[in-house]
Amino acid sequence: MGLVVQTMAEWKNANTDPEILFWVGSAGSFDDRAKKITRSFVKIMNHANVKFGVLGTEESASGDVAKRAGNEFLFQMQAMNNIQILNSYNIQRIVTTCPHDFNTLKNEYKDLGGEYDVLHHTEFIYELITKKRLSILGNLKNKKITYHDPCYLGRGNGVFSIPRKLIDIIGLQLIEMPRSKETSFCCGAGGAQMFKEPEKGREDININRTREALNAKTSIIATGCPFCNTMMQDGVKNLAEGSVDVLDIAELIVQSEKL
Amino acid sequence: MFSLSNSAFLIIFLLSSLLFYKNFRKIIRNIKLGGDAGVFENKRERWRNVLFIAFGQKKMFKKPLVAILHLVVYLGFVIINIEIIEIILDGILGTHRILFSPKWSSLYNFCINSFEILALLVFVACIIFLIRRNIIKISRFWSPEMKGWPKSDANLILIFEILLMSAFLIMNAADLSLQKLAHTESYLQLKYPNTGNFLISGMISSLMQGISISNLILIERFCWWFHIIGIFGFLNYLVISKHLHIILAFPNTYFGSIKPKGQFNNMSSVTNEVKMMLDPNIDPFTEPVSTSQPVRFGAKDVTDLNWLHLLNAYSCTECGRCTAECPANVTGKKLSPRKIMMDVRDRVEEVGRGIDLKGKDFKDEKSLLHDFIKPEELWACTSCNACVEACPLSIDPLSIILELRRYSVMEESSAPTELNAVFSNIENNGAPWQFSASDRLNWKDDE
Repeated sequence: MGLVVQTMAEWKNANTDPEILFWVGSAGSFDDRAKKITRSFVKIMNHANVKFGVLGTEESASGDVAKRAGNEFLFQMQAMNNIQILNSYNIQRIVTTCPHDFNTLKNEYKDLGGEYDVLHHTEFIYELITKKRLSILGNLKNKKITYHDPCYLGRGNGVFSIPRKLIDIIGLQLIEMPRSKETSFCCGAGGAQMFKEPEKGREDININRTREALNAKTSIIATGCPFCNTMMQDGVKNLAEGSVDVLDIAELIVQSEKL
Repeated sequence: MFSLSNSAFLIIFLLSSLLFYKNFRKIIRNIKLGGDAGVFENKRERWRNVLFIAFGQKKMFKKPLVAILHLVVYLGFVIINIEIIEIILDGILGTHRILFSPKWSSLYNFCINSFEILALLVFVACIIFLIRRNIIKISRFWSPEMKGWPKSDANLILIFEILLMSAFLIMNAADLSLQKLAHTESYLQLKYPNTGNFLISGMISSLMQGISISNLILIERFCWWFHIIGIFGFLNYLVISKHLHIILAFPNTYFGSIKPKGQFNNMSSVTNEVKMMLDPNIDPFTEPVSTSQPVRFGAKDVTDLNWLHLLNAYSCTECGRCTAECPANVTGKKLSPRKIMMDVRDRVEEVGRGIDLKGKDFKDEKSLLHDFIKPEELWACTSCNACVEACPLSIDPLSIILELRRYSVMEESSAPTELNAVFSNIENNGAPWQFSASDRLNWKDDE
């Protein structure tokens, strides 16, 4: 079944406004693993009849990587161009599957003229459930799962409980890692690390974190960030290939509801 | 009334206060070497932070056992120091226990007993702290940056505290012994009025039987002088020690960020330039040049940082909770957020000494970046905010790391090569990878 995806330009031509803009993000648009998360989230929105728009080719990198790497010029260029487009469509609410773009759009566009109500996709899915627009059957019931907090969602913006509530609603049994929530341990990708070799050290950060996740002895490692997903997946490949699935919360819901 | 010892006391008191004032003002001057740190809105929430994080030590309680020990030392320090009022008055006026009066002897007795119980608890807590540092060797106290002075500093503070508490208790013990002897030796009665027994020093006093009156007086006086000179000394020791946090923790938590941790500050100096670049109607040559233009983007040296960064550095007590949580450090990279803070303080003190010697235009060949903090440390950071979360008094090492990165990238163009490739991809394709912008919606038709 194909996905129903309309661009903002198409919404505009039809003279209607969607409920929400889905900010896909660069990883969600181009990275093979992250694209699956994007598609899963769209499946959920299609299933719940959410009217959403995407910017499509009008979207550009949020600038998170540039900002955290110290390239404020490039960040602001990206931000101002994106804000111009977002404001031209009179966007109010944005949902994104990437905690980095979530943080940047929510907190860092404000000073440059872009004020939006920005949600992480787990927050939006939770809202769909509480407004009874999405019902959960929970076909994955009782499987054990551990959840890795993305830094920019959890520590960075205080979203700890909603992803856990979703895990609970699906009926999965959450086993917490020793380092979780406020004291969660980074996957190693943030601050532009995703795009460079790590500095010399005893081990890679993702290996350290994946080992902790594997020690939780679950069949699924869940996360809410395309970068965390890649890092944990690489960690699993290194330490215990095939023993555990690394999935985004959106993918869990697609599996659970057989969407 | 005015004797040699009053004058000596007064001189020591005034000199040590003056010295502290002078050195503390120097610290404030050094902090002000930093640039503007913006506005501090939402006073209510800031006072709340001072109340909970500084006074209430909320964040310390992530490690409950240490938190209780630390609370004991903190409360002991604050409460026992009430006694200093009496000691200073006695010192200046040549009196003995001036605040004691038979009229409120039970209140006096209650106060001193509370101080004594706290003093004993502080004594025990400091011994446990010494054991943790030197015998159990808690790993965060043995990182490379903790060699030399930082290690001695930590131990010295604890030994200082132990000696001060001992002097306080032995002083009271000798006093009690003299009070008992006053029953038979009436000439002692006026000088050593009966205050009632004290809990802890009472026990020590019972070990002092058989010591002659003159020796008891000697012990009492020695401990009195040792205690008060120790406190004046400690006050002046603060300015060169990590222990300065007992003062600066309060302003530091007040000024600490109340924004979401993920949010990095906006550089308005860059905004102006970017706006000019993007707006075709602005002619950069006719546009008035902004006078608030910074000398450089980001920070190369401490003077490029803002004053809050420098206050952070002076507030750091080198506990290492940040470093123990840092994913880069835990996996063996060079980066240690605590070292970043220590480097900033070391460097700003060096600059401060230069200014003392050569005036306010002092310049040297050194800089924070490269001479103190290496690019290898800078680029190991994942910006995960674990260090910021871990700090019990709201220090933000990440914001300093960001400023140094900004300088490296925008002024030195010395980002790691892979990142330069990412920058040009973002510029050309609107994504960190080398994909064509026109393929952005292709995910829709995948599978």
